[in-house]
Formats: sequence, structure tokens, C-alpha cells
Amino acid sequence: MTTDSTKAAPDRAALPAQSPPVDPAQTEAAAGHAATAKAPNRGRIPFWSGEGGEGARRNLGLLATLVVLVVIGIATRPDLYGNASWVWGNTLTILKLASVVGVVTVGMTFVIIGGGIDLSVGAIVALAGVWCTTVATQSYGAGGMIFSALVVGLAVGVVNGLLISYGKLVPFIATLAMMVAARGLAAEISDKQTQVSDNQFINGIASTSLLGIPLLVYILAAVVIAGWVLLNRTTFGRRTVAVGGNAEAARLAGINVRLHTLLLYALSGLCCGIAAIMLTAQANSAQAAMANLYELDAIAAAIIGGTLLSGGRGTIVGSLLGVIIFSTITNLFAINGLSTEAQNMVKGGIIVAAVLIQQVQFGNLGTRFGRKRASTA
Amino acid sequence: MSAADDRDPTATGPTTPDHRGEAATNDHHDDRAADQPTAGRHAAPDQEAAADRQVAPEHEAAGRHAAERAPDGGARPLVEAPADTVAGEVVLRLTDVVKTFPGVRALDGVQLEVRAGEVHCLLGQNGAGKSTLIKVLAGVHRPDSGEVMWRGEPAAFANPQAAMRAGIATIYQELDLVDDLSVAENAFLGHEPRRLGFVRRGHMARRTRGILARLGHGEIPPGRLVRHLPAAGKQVVSMARALSHEARLIIMDEPSAVLAHDEVDNLFRIIRELTAQGIAVIYISHRLEEIREIGDRVTVLKDGRTTAANLPARDTPTRDLVSRMTGRSIEYVFPDRPVDEPAGEELLTVDGLTRAGEFADVSLNVRAGEIVGIAGLVGSGRSELLETIYGARRAESGTVRMDGRALRAGSVGAAVKAGMGMAPEERKSQALLLGEPIYRNVTLATFGRYSRLGFTNAGRERDEAGRIADNLELRPRDVRRAVGTLSGGNQQKVVVGRWLLGDTRLLLLDEPTRGVDVGARAELYQVIRQLAARGVGVLLVSSEVPEVLGLADRVLVMREGRVVREAPADELDENTVLDLVMAGSLMEGAPA
Repeated sequence: MTTDSTKAAPDRAALPAQSPPVDPAQTEAAAGHAATAKAPNRGRIPFWSGEGGEGARRNLGLLATLVVLVVIGIATRPDLYGNASWVWGNTLTILKLASVVGVVTVGMTFVIIGGGIDLSVGAIVALAGVWCTTVATQSYGAGGMIFSALVVGLAVGVVNGLLISYGKLVPFIATLAMMVAARGLAAEISDKQTQVSDNQFINGIASTSLLGIPLLVYILAAVVIAGWVLLNRTTFGRRTVAVGGNAEAARLAGINVRLHTLLLYALSGLCCGIAAIMLTAQANSAQAAMANLYELDAIAAAIIGGTLLSGGRGTIVGSLLGVIIFSTITNLFAINGLSTEAQNMVKGGIIVAAVLIQQVQFGNLGTRFGRKRASTA
Repeated sequence: MSAADDRDPTATGPTTPDHRGEAATNDHHDDRAADQPTAGRHAAPDQEAAADRQVAPEHEAAGRHAAERAPDGGARPLVEAPADTVAGEVVLRLTDVVKTFPGVRALDGVQLEVRAGEVHCLLGQNGAGKSTLIKVLAGVHRPDSGEVMWRGEPAAFANPQAAMRAGIATIYQELDLVDDLSVAENAFLGHEPRRLGFVRRGHMARRTRGILARLGHGEIPPGRLVRHLPAAGKQVVSMARALSHEARLIIMDEPSAVLAHDEVDNLFRIIRELTAQGIAVIYISHRLEEIREIGDRVTVLKDGRTTAANLPARDTPTRDLVSRMTGRSIEYVFPDRPVDEPAGEELLTVDGLTRAGEFADVSLNVRAGEIVGIAGLVGSGRSELLETIYGARRAESGTVRMDGRALRAGSVGAAVKAGMGMAPEERKSQALLLGEPIYRNVTLATFGRYSRLGFTNAGRERDEAGRIADNLELRPRDVRRAVGTLSGGNQQKVVVGRWLLGDTRLLLLDEPTRGVDVGARAELYQVIRQLAARGVGVLLVSSEVPEVLGLADRVLVMREGRVVREAPADELDENTVLDLVMAGSLMEGAPA
């Protein structure tokens, strides 16, 4: 016994346990100082690693990509890019091209940040578009058409949400089923015909410009700004990040995870309703096959924009940049007279490259490459 | 004597009785002191010198079993021991192995020595580092420092395949078999015998049949789909896979957890046959009686350290083993209990709460300003009880009332609204958004309060979180830092701090100091006591008996889902509680 305690004594002296509340604090504080001394920039967080800094850095990367695309455009078609008014017009064309998918992507971003996925967005756009252009709906005028598109989008989103949060279906399966079913319903309603919109107000949405900028771009801007505020400045956005980042922690903190999940899909549906009006206005018509593969465009844009497919992280600005990058590529291929096939291959490559770059940039380089591969001696 | 050995006395800290009197003097301290000599004797071997352990430890045990097992085990080995392994030779030795993950020191100086032909048991609570240790041995993780000697040579396995090739096979608790492949295909998964790229199915089946026969399970057809085998059969297939690699060491992670009683006997028979062939087995189980039956030597882990190495599995008193698992490895100092506090209003009343298979008919109450501790081992239903009170699980019967009003069953929202808060057992998976800043984690339950018309007020949240950070002496203090970069203790402060905002009147704490270092522990104890002084009721669950006794005013002891004792903390001592906690199956066959 005596040997025990004598041996133990030196160690114990070093331990803070003997006079409790003060000592550990001091020891740890001292340790903290030591750490600060070693790495002086630890105490003050530089702007780029602070709150939201990582998202901002990622978005800078996306902007750089966009710049590269523009440079490619200038290099390949200097004749067009030499003309300032053409450049402005072309920019608006790109934004207009991005507007419909952009609106869908905002809703998709919320769903993905919240830990889900929505494969039915294209089908919802088609269903809402078809629904609001039936002869019966058109008889209620523009207000009736807009109202019905929004309500149809919202309602389908709510059904998705109910299936997922209360029916406990996997989001992938629930929305896959909805994708098939909603397109089916759209074809049924339209009798597989293209429904022409006779409403001049609706058709005018796509052709009207304010101050030289198309109305569609304003709508996109409004949805993006609303989405940004919703995600970053409201309790709804905070709950979205919490639910997607750690559903169990959110639940144990008293957040109603199920209800919130339901609302996320409803929001995505609502965005599809808005997109349906925009797309109908662009085509002056609606049909069951419209908005084909929008779900993939929206998911790809969100992922390029840095939204984590497993949830808990993502930015609206990133998603917007993702959409714009895609439509810029489309535009680039169009002005160079290249095929859509080549364009799709490049888009695929861009998706992979974006994700790879994010992994390298934001994964821990040290653990990835730093340690030497050791094997059995 | 090396530096490593100097550390051992601290690791086996509970055995040093001095310094004890300085803490709040409670009865149990004296009782513990009286118990010290026993513990001290057993700790002595590993405190003396490493040389002792290496040269002349209790290796007779291994030899004895290899020789005697056959008669008493009831089954004779089917295969003679391979000539290349001398029974009793040390095949694996770990020295001061350290493995850290961000914020956690999962392994903090582990010593382990395994001999050929022995069953070496690893004991430890959840979170003691057993899983990490297994993963280090299996090549999943690589240690940060320390030495792994495998069959006399330093080893660092780059990946699980390398460990497998070196002869270390791991059988995980959730068996990693492919359900829709056959027994033979599973046994040879990843190293199928092949010729010109084609699998030699006949050859594979024959070899599988041979291995199965060696395991005493020749009746399992190699062509059967694993899906159609019972749990015990799947386990045999896992072992067949290990043998197909000619493993010299098989690690079994709680193999008995999925088995019925008679199947466990069969498992033990197989283990005895394996050890008779000179194969070493590392056996992990929470069930002490199994360790007594099958084990040769025991190593106990706590908080990532070896608290006792190479204890004889059969003769070490149960109390010794359990106190090394659950006891304090270092003196913790608990804040004084307030004297003559007026009994507060009854806050929480639980009546006859039951969930089949988890706990039954639990009734308890917590008053304002009171700390009630629940002592119990893993599996006693304590965490499940806490989650049910909180509404995270739905009770099958019984009621939970706050201030006399019944709460809606299975609704966390209702519990939070009524003034409850919980710091769950698994900090990372149940409580934190690791990538989010500290302040958002602190305000996770309350950000709605600081919002107006649904708009959050990040500035106010940062201020409030900063106030909490100052209160709890959070380090680093910057609340915009991601919570995942904090140490375990500081993460726990964030989780507890979450409920200091708002008007939480009852705090449920599940293992609040798991994975928390000593200094932060003392601070957390202080915080909990201060909360109680402010009138907050606290219901605390801990597998560390001294913690419950030192911190709580009143203690409930749970065993197998029932409350077996309730008493003021100063009427209980550690030994009484340990006896209660372990009574029944665990005490059987214990020479304590």
C-alpha cells in the first residue's frame, strides 16, 4: 500500500483534482494559452473560415468557373463577344434560360439540405402546367390559372411530404412514385394533347421586360432572394439545417422533425407551381411531357452549388450559380453551333469535377494524403 | 522502469486510498477505503514492472486450459494444434497505444498482451474504447502512437485486408456476411480459390466443408444461402471465414449477444477447440459470467486506458472487475451538497412507466433543486427510461407528469414545453450539429425564442451563447467556431448549456461525463450543482457509480429494467450499489 501511494504521488501532484473548481480551469486555460502561442491566428478567426465562410469560399470557386466559361466564350466567338450590346442580350438570354430550373432548384435545395430528395419536381411542373391550362381553368382567367398552378404544386408537395414524414417512405421511393404518377395524371388530364394557353396575361409573363430585363428573370431573382432569406434568416431555415444535419439531435431539441420535413416538400412543390406558370408562359402552352428531366437538372445544380446530398449543408447562392453555370454551358454550345450530345457530355463531366474539387478542397488533406501508407512489417 | 510503467499507478488509480478524505466526506468513501487492500493486491502485478508481465505472468492459465479444457469442456479437439505455434507464446502485444479522433481521445494508452491458445477477455463500459481497439487491431484505424507487436514484429495494418492476411480475423457483433451468398461463398469472400479467373466452386465447397467440420458443424451445407441460417449458424460461418484465412487471432465482439442460452454453450465449445489449436481469441462481452466460464485472462479498459491487465478470469473478484470498469480512475471532486436545503416542489412524477424489454413499472419523482441519480449498468434500461420520460420513446403504460400535469406520451415537444431538457447519451449522433457553429448548437432548442415573426436574431443568439460560454468556461470561447472542433468535455458543455437558455426546470442528463477529461468533469459537476441550487431538478444517469453517489442527492439503482433500490445518496456506499447493480446473474460463480 505504501509503495502504491508514494509511486502515485508525483502523478497526483500534477493532477488538478485536489482543489477542484479553480485548478482545472487554470490548467486548461494555460493549455489554451500554449495553443494560442503556438498558432497565433487561432484566437481570432479569419473572415474566410468564420461562420458561413466555407459556403462563401465555395461560391467564389463557382464564380471562377463561370469566369472560365465566359473566357472560353470570348476565345471561341470573339466576334460576338466584341459586341457589348450582344453580350448584355446574351447574358439576359442565359438568365432567362436559367429562370425556370432556377426556381425549381431553390425548392430542391431546401429539400436536400433537409436531408431528402425530390425526384418528382419535373412531373409536378408538368401536372401544374397542364392543370392550369385546361379549358375549365382558363375560363377563370389569369388569376385562376396562377392560383391553380400554385395550389396543385403545393398539394402534390404536401402529398410527398405526408408519404415521407408520416408514411415513413424513403424520399427517393416516394418521390419516384410521385414522378411517375404525376406525369400519368398530367397525360390523363391533357389527353396527351398540347394545351394552348389563350390567356394573354400568362403568355405575356415570358415576353414582357421591365427596364430591359425579362420578367422571368425578376421572378427568379424574387424566388432566390426569398429562398436566401428563408434559409439564412428565419427559424424555418435554421430548422431545415438542423433536421438535415442531425435529425435525432433536432428531434431531441424539441423540433418537430416530421412536420418540418412535410413543409420542405410542400415548399418544393410550391416552387414547382411557380415554375409551371413560367414554363407555360414561355411555351404559350402546356403538355404532360414538359419540364422533362428537370429533377436531374435541379439536383445537379444544387450539388454543383455545394449542397451536401446527405443534408445539413448548402447555400441558395451556390445553387443559383450552379444553374447559371449549366445554362451558360448550353449557351456556349449554342453560339458555337455544337450538338446537345456534346453538351450533355460536358455537363456530366462538370458535375463530377465539381464534386471532386469540393472533396479535395474541403476534405481533410492531411488524412487523405498526408499519412504514408504503412503495411504489415 | 520505463515511463510507460510510471503511468500505470494512475491508471489503476482507484486503488490509492489517500486523498480520499479531501472530497466531501461521505460514508462510501470510508467503505471504499476499507476495500482497498484487495484491489491493491490485484493491481500490484501490472504496477511492478513491464518485465514482470512479460517474463513471468499468469501464463500458466493459458497452458492449463489448453491442457485441461478437453476433459472439462466436454468436447475433444478435432484437430491437433499446428506445430508453428507454441501454446502460451505471446502473439500480440500492445504498448501505450493512443488513438484520437477530433475532440475525443478514444484510446489513451492501451496495454494488451495476448498469448497463443488463450481466450483473452476485454472488459469495459460502452465508450471505454473497446470498439476502437478492435478496429485498430483489424486494420480499420491506425494508432496515432504506441506499438503493436504482432507475432514478434511491429505491425501497422494499412487496411482490414492486411490484418486479415497477417492472421487477425475479426467477427463483429453485427456479422458482416452477405445474406444472399452461400455459406462457402461467404467463407471465402474476397479470397475465393480460383483458376484463370474462374472460381473453383468444388474446391471451395470442399475446403468449407473441412473448416465447418473443424468447427464441429459439418451439418451446415456449404451451398446453403446464409440468409436461411439462424443467428448461431451465421456466427459459425463468420468463424469459418476467419479460419479460411488461417487466422492466428480471432477477435469476437460480443458474440453471445445474438445467441440463445444453449447456443452460447456451443459457441464456447467452438472457442475451446480453436484455442486448443493454438489460436488466440480476444473475447468481448458485457456478461461477466461468460468471461468466468470461457476466459483465461482479462484486460479492463476504461476511458481509453487499460485499468487492469492480465487478471485471471476465474479468480478475480467480480467487485474488482466492475470497480475497474465503472470506478473512478482518477479522484473526482464533487461539489458539496447544500446543507438543510428546503425540499422543493415536486417537479417530475413518473408512475408505473413500462416499455416491454427495456424497463418495467418504474416510478420516481424529482423535486425542484434536487439531483436524482440513476445507477445501473449498460442494458439496465436506464437510458431508455430517460428517453421515455423525455418523450423520445413512447411508453407502453404509465404516466409522466410535470407539475402534476400529465405529458403527452411520445412527444418531445410537449416535454420541452413543460420545461424539460435532455443531454442524451450519444453526444455526436444525438445532440450536436458538428459542422455548425457553437452558438447555433447552444440555441438549437431556443432559437425560436429569439426570433421575431419567424426571423432569427443571430446577434442575440451569439450574445446568449456567449453568456453560456462564459458561465461554463467554454474553451475556445469563440461561439462562431464549429462545434466539431471542440474537445469532448467542451462539446458536452455545449449540450448542457443548450438547456441553460430558456426556462428549463428539469434537466435529464444521460452519461454527462462520458469521454470528458478530468478537468472538464469537475467543471461539469460544478455546473450541475449550481443548476440545482438555482432550483432546477436534475435526473442523472451514469454507469460510474462514484459519480452518481458523489453528485446526486438521492439515488435509484436500476437492474434489468427495474428500480431495485432507492435511497438518499449518503445512505448508500459504492459497494452496496455495485452489489445491487450486479446482483443476480453477474454474481454467479464469483468468488467475491
